[in-house]
Amino acid sequence: MRYLLRRLLHAVLVLAGVSVLSFLFSEMSPGDYFAEMRMMPQVSPETIAAQRAQYGLDRPLPIRYARWLQSVARGDFGYSFAYNAPARQLLGVRARNTLLLTGTAVLLSWMLAIPFGIWAAVHRRGWARRAFGVGTSALLAIPDLLLALALLMLVVRTRILPVGGMFSVNVAEMTSLGKLQDLAAHMLLPVLVIVLGTLPALLRHVRAAMIEVLDAPFIRAARGHGLPENWVLFRYALPVAANPLISLFGFSLATLLSASLLVEVIMSWPGLGPMLLEAIFARDLYLVIGAVVFSTLFLLAGNLVADLLLYAADPRIRTEKA
Amino acid sequence: MSHDRRIWAIAAVLIFFHAAAIFADFLAPYDFAAQDRGMAFAPPARLHFVDNTGVFHLRPFVYGIKLRQGSLTEYQEDRSRPFPIRFFVTGEPYRVLGLWNSRLRCFGVDEPGRILLMGGDGFGRDVFSRLLYGGRVSLFSGLLAAGLSLGIGLFLGAFSGFYGGWLDDIIMRVSEVFLALPWIYLLLALRAFLPLRVDPADAFFLLVGVIGFVGWARPARLVRGVVLSARERTFVLAARGFGASNSYLLRRHALPPALGVLLTQAALLVPQYILAEVTLSFLGLGVADPVPSWGNMLADLQQYHVLTSYWWMLIPGFALLPVFLAYYVLANLLHQRVKSLVL
Repeated sequence: MRYLLRRLLHAVLVLAGVSVLSFLFSEMSPGDYFAEMRMMPQVSPETIAAQRAQYGLDRPLPIRYARWLQSVARGDFGYSFAYNAPARQLLGVRARNTLLLTGTAVLLSWMLAIPFGIWAAVHRRGWARRAFGVGTSALLAIPDLLLALALLMLVVRTRILPVGGMFSVNVAEMTSLGKLQDLAAHMLLPVLVIVLGTLPALLRHVRAAMIEVLDAPFIRAARGHGLPENWVLFRYALPVAANPLISLFGFSLATLLSASLLVEVIMSWPGLGPMLLEAIFARDLYLVIGAVVFSTLFLLAGNLVADLLLYAADPRIRTEKA
Repeated sequence: MSHDRRIWAIAAVLIFFHAAAIFADFLAPYDFAAQDRGMAFAPPARLHFVDNTGVFHLRPFVYGIKLRQGSLTEYQEDRSRPFPIRFFVTGEPYRVLGLWNSRLRCFGVDEPGRILLMGGDGFGRDVFSRLLYGGRVSLFSGLLAAGLSLGIGLFLGAFSGFYGGWLDDIIMRVSEVFLALPWIYLLLALRAFLPLRVDPADAFFLLVGVIGFVGWARPARLVRGVVLSARERTFVLAARGFGASNSYLLRRHALPPALGVLLTQAALLVPQYILAEVTLSFLGLGVADPVPSWGNMLADLQQYHVLTSYWWMLIPGFALLPVFLAYYVLANLLHQRVKSLVL
């Protein structure tokens, strides 16, 4: 339990660090949302000053931060100037969409990475090794941006899948099963891009972790006892190899969110990414900070899940005296 | 091929790419901003060897193109007059390395012909020329940003590993925050708080600064690890016993093993940072038109009709592939080399 508490504390500290950093950066920022209004002749300087005072932008940094913390405690996560609404209302929906996209992609890429990685670890010599090396290197060298654009171009030309957004225009008329199918069709392409982007690194790690375990004496002993090969692989080797992989799961989420942002923008998936970009262009300060904090929350939640899994999977951690 | 030779061979390939960008003025037939509204989204030029009368020419030539009758987007060749490709022609003036003026361009065709080897963009600008000029921004921002974050990483990592104490703790905790965050979100957040509209030269250095700053954590931790292990080695302890100063120990014993690690790290970081620049410019937060970067060239593809109809606009994306592959191979080779030295 001590271990989990420590991880939780760490997560809170990271979150605090991120929010403080965002506010510090925002202090350096020239101009704000209301500076753009100054160009409009029909808005008087007094109105702008009053607006700024209303949102507390004229206050010094520590007070603004304290006010923001208050609004986080209320569950609002600051206020969007452009939408005139609490940031959480806006970000909540977007975060759910991003979660749907990345969650599916994570699930799919691990479901592919584990069997293929194990296969590559077992067949570690000869043509299989070479094919694996060439395949993962090639995928590693293809940037997500190119992958997304090229696949999108292909799909747009062949019209085999719908592109853009989450649903078709006529979604309101569909049955719930039809809606689900429509959603799946729209998700296929973005998920594919994210999976292809994250897969090579995962494959390599699964293979490396498995190879290390397969060379251990206890595996040779198990084989020497004549246990069936699948039994050896999945019952004896995989649980031991799982430890570094679960840590990797936590780490890989950051890369995944980055890939997801780009894919969301390119495929116009209504997730956190496009909203963050929009907020940046509008200089919508609290929405930017809100989006960054939300993405950090995701990440930390994912890391906590990884820690829990580790705790459940590895008895060495449970007995560790922290 | 021996290991070192392979390293040099791959380095030569990379030098070739960068040199092509540096000498874009000479290699590109046109200036990056030279427009020709009559050739908007013109397809890549077709090189011909056989003319109308069936005679074979050793010197390839192109035909002028014009819009097909009744179409706004489709071009057809005007076969009445061939434009042979000539080498070392005089083109638009430029300054060589900022020192002297020149008009010499590697190849081109006679006026009023125009040769667009990789087609034209929406303003009829030559994609091939823009690709070369764009390499200046994209390739070198990656290189400089990697230099910057390795510099910061080397300084902080060596400091933190060698002196330890509470400063070490703070530096490491902050680096954890930087590592934990998704890098695009971090980049965007930092970029969000800097001016949106800046002129190209400033934008370039802004990008280098932002990307380099965001990436300092990993090299810092690597260097710290190397320095930490070097500090405990017996020969370092012996040197300290003989009265060697801290700065001498750092310089002579702690940093040399870190350099190999840093070099490998550099080969891994540069492609990531090139991609960071391309991504930011793609999203409209980097270098702005008319100055090309591979990212803002790709940004045209955010328009639906460009995506559906003009495949050659994707070329800057494909240009990333050989560059990335070369850097990854180099990183691999360097990694093996460093490992063989240490063990």
